[in-house]
Amino acid sequence: MVNANTGSFELEDVSVAYGNEIAVAGVSMTVPPQAVTALIGPSGCGKSTLLRCLNRMNDEIGGVTVGGTIRLDGDDIYAKRVDSVELRIRVGQVFQKPNPFPMSVYDNIAYGPRTHGVRNRAELDAIVEHSLTRAALWGEAKSFLKKHAFELSGGQQQRLCIARALATEPEVLLMDEPASALDPISTQQIEDTIAELKDSVTIVIVTHNMQQAARISDRTAFMLRETMEAPAALIEVGDTRTMFTNPSDPRTEAYITGRFG
Amino acid sequence: MSRVKRARMMESLAKGIMGIATLIVVGIALFLLGYLAYRGAPSVTWEFLSQAPRKAMTEGGIHPVIMGTVYLVLGTAAFALPIGIMAGIYLSEFAPRNLWTRLIRLAITNMAGVPSIVYGLFGFALFVMSMRLGVSLIAGALTLACLTLPVVITVTEEALRRIPRELRQASMALGATRIRTVRKVVLPAAAPGIVTGSILGLSRAAGETAPVLFTAVAFFAPMPSSPLDQTMALPYHLYIMATQAVRPAPHVVWGTAFVLVAGVSIINIIAATWRSAQRKKIKW
Ligand SMILES: Nc1ncnc2c1ncn2[C@@H]1O[C@H](COP(=O)(O)OP(=O)(O)O)[C@@H](O)[C@H]1O
Ligand SMILES: [Mg+2]
Repeated sequence: MVNANTGSFELEDVSVAYGNEIAVAGVSMTVPPQAVTALIGPSGCGKSTLLRCLNRMNDEIGGVTVGGTIRLDGDDIYAKRVDSVELRIRVGQVFQKPNPFPMSVYDNIAYGPRTHGVRNRAELDAIVEHSLTRAALWGEAKSFLKKHAFELSGGQQQRLCIARALATEPEVLLMDEPASALDPISTQQIEDTIAELKDSVTIVIVTHNMQQAARISDRTAFMLRETMEAPAALIEVGDTRTMFTNPSDPRTEAYITGRFG
Repeated sequence: MSRVKRARMMESLAKGIMGIATLIVVGIALFLLGYLAYRGAPSVTWEFLSQAPRKAMTEGGIHPVIMGTVYLVLGTAAFALPIGIMAGIYLSEFAPRNLWTRLIRLAITNMAGVPSIVYGLFGFALFVMSMRLGVSLIAGALTLACLTLPVVITVTEEALRRIPRELRQASMALGATRIRTVRKVVLPAAAPGIVTGSILGLSRAAGETAPVLFTAVAFFAPMPSSPLDQTMALPYHLYIMATQAVRPAPHVVWGTAFVLVAGVSIINIIAATWRSAQRKKIKW
């Protein structure tokens, strides 16, 4: 199990450029451990871009430069000696569309541990059961572990992807609009899962759904790109309840009351 | 007449013309295969398939000719598949997208457009003469491999491009390296497309005459016992019997043509059926 109080991020003056185009600039904030932090803002304001900085998935897109400092539990994750492979064991990600691998449910979840050297069958069995339980899928999935992952419903597939990400015991789970492709019932299940998980893992979730952010997050960061020429910036970050009841920036208020975006 | 009615009429007319065009294509194909079967199938007996030619090829079978083509195709596969598949994977998954790789792709496309007789001349100059392989099974297989390479590279790239980017991201986000992602996730999913496309490319090589003309074949040769031996081959056998045999035996000519086309068709049909069965199992 993960120790208490690990999996916190500190971002200092973070900026991201695609080629010469600066997409996000000047983001400074903290992500507290074992809590849900929501990134909200209109589409195109750099939420996914910022999220991908936290597990260095931006490194896989050619021509992306990340500026500023990002520390995970005090250590700079962009330092030379940090290997992105090791970082991604600690920081998992769930994507917008469910993206199970074309293999069995079991093999999907065992993929991460196998990649990092776990071969023992009993150990893998235990990891699969534990991960599925944490993703609230064990009850349904234990009878079809050997089935092809594509036979699952969309909501089940997304919870499978959560289980798959949990299988390497990450300290942090990044989620990029994980419910936006799902029906309301599946969305509810994902939200319940997130509520269960936040005691053991730090969650950073991008959502375009403000009600969702208000329901599930402890802390909210609001991003905005005010003109197409200027890069996106962090407008306000704080306790979710405060932000939704008493925002300190007029732009935040305008956004959460639905006046733009 | 109202505009809507006119539009409807134009639509039916266009559909009709396109339907007729399709029928013509189907008709040509059916006539070709039907005539070939009508003329060739009766001579295809067990004896025809299992015995060597006798009496200047007017009697006996074409067993060594069939085996020559089988060996040539296997040799071609041995060279073209590993190199072509690896190059396709590199271009699709690892190569940067810049001017150089664009030029390389352009070169590969052009390679596919070079007439096969040019491959024959090239193979003769390089493999037969410079590399001193002589007119041999291996020189022919290498020449056919050059012809098949662009096909294998292209089908590999295309099969890999069909795999959603999200799968690669999921694997990388789990801390897998790019090479492991390709090996464990991308390649298995793309394998049906790569295998089938490559088989279609190889079956085209099986029917080629020009590339083996100067590099591998002989009018009459026993079954090759080493890669450096000359060999007979179905398409060349057909060509030489139809144009130069002293007294061509029509049933042998048509039988040979039928064996070549039937063999290649059966393999193609199996490959295509397998691929669509695999694709039905994995739908994105
Ligand atoms: N791979 C990419 N290459 C170039 N520009 C990108 C890429 N991804 C995102 N961008 C740009 O960065 C900005 C922020 O995009 P994104 O982070 O996807 O926003 P959000 O997730 O908030 O909708 C957009 O202007 C977008 O065009
Ligand atoms: Mg996004």
